Amino acid sequence: MKRKNQRLILLFLALVLTSSGATLILIALEDNLVYFYTPTDVKTKNSAISGNFRLGGIVLKGSIREFGTVTKFGVTDLKSTLFVRYEGVLPDLFREEQGIVAEGSLSPNGVFIATNILAKHDENYMPKEVSEALKKSGRWKDTKPKK
Amino acid sequence: MINYFANPSRFLKMTEKLLPWLVRLTILFFIVGIYFGLFYSPADYQQGDTVRIMYVHVPAAWMALACYVFIATMGALSLVYKHPLAGLAAKSAAPIGASFTIIVIITGSLWGKPIWGAWWVWDARLSSVLVLFFLYLGHIALSYSFENPSRGNKASAILALVGLVNIPIIKFSVDWWNTLHQPASITRFDAPAIDPSMLIPLIIMALAFFLYFITVLLVRIKSELTSQKIKSLNIKMIK
Repeated sequence: MKRKNQRLILLFLALVLTSSGATLILIALEDNLVYFYTPTDVKTKNSAISGNFRLGGIVLKGSIREFGTVTKFGVTDLKSTLFVRYEGVLPDLFREEQGIVAEGSLSPNGVFIATNILAKHDENYMPKEVSEALKKSGRWKDTKPKK
Repeated sequence: MINYFANPSRFLKMTEKLLPWLVRLTILFFIVGIYFGLFYSPADYQQGDTVRIMYVHVPAAWMALACYVFIATMGALSLVYKHPLAGLAAKSAAPIGASFTIIVIITGSLWGKPIWGAWWVWDARLSSVLVLFFLYLGHIALSYSFENPSRGNKASAILALVGLVNIPIIKFSVDWWNTLHQPASITRFDAPAIDPSMLIPLIIMALAFFLYFITVLLVRIKSELTSQKIKSLNIKMIK
């Protein structure tokens, strides 16, 4: 066999090995690589999630209550809902049915006390007129969280 | 075909002819793209005018990934076939890719602050792009850290190939894990989620970035070849 082909095979083997190694590491780390947990995660993996963590989901329609600087609202992944209490300035994109990520911890009575709120935006880009036309014609796709 | 263009003197001749046109095309695409992006395209229904950062952020991100794949391919070619031009091409492309990556990170944080409410978050997408930046820096450092440039080429090629696993991680991070960064808008199985009035300026800007990459790459390879020639001339003169 020529040296050239030997090197090619060696390179190919090395690529296969590094990529399978990386895959194994990523699978092992799966739970640590998520940026936030959904309300369903919090309810089903209760023991694994404790202390400070991030909660992500959609702001439940009609759930926003404001008491001065304190805001209370529900975060849902359309399967289960957690209520969040937050004191401070909310991001501009914060509104009903908007994806958000809240940083904080769960209080003993099951309310998530947030210390910071981040707004998530979706992958759809369009001018205002188009989004209104879509909503009018009923072809508006609601953004649903993954999983 | 690869062998035909891999001859350095033939490559230099071709480059001389191509470069003036590439420079003009790049400038033209940038002018048209920036004009379309800033004036012709509409504001977004959610993000308003902030969405215009996309016309720099997204093309820079695509090119940062494409440039890395290019470097890894050139690294493989120089390891397996020992092509002198392949190693040079990888060495010349690395600083360009690193600049694209730093542009992505800076424009991304300028975009993140008003929309997300944070300059930086440690989610899978942002972190894996930061790793890409470090891979570029490592590649540049390695290729200059040996007395013998061909050993530097070899070491940096191995780094580039090992780091290649990071590319699918960057691309699919937004699908595999919950991230703050939104999923892909264009490379989806259904139609792109971008309105044509925003997609057109984005594509023009992507072509401008691509042309810029090719132009600067050719200039850098040319200057590397010239400096090699000078070095070999100096050695001859000393002898």
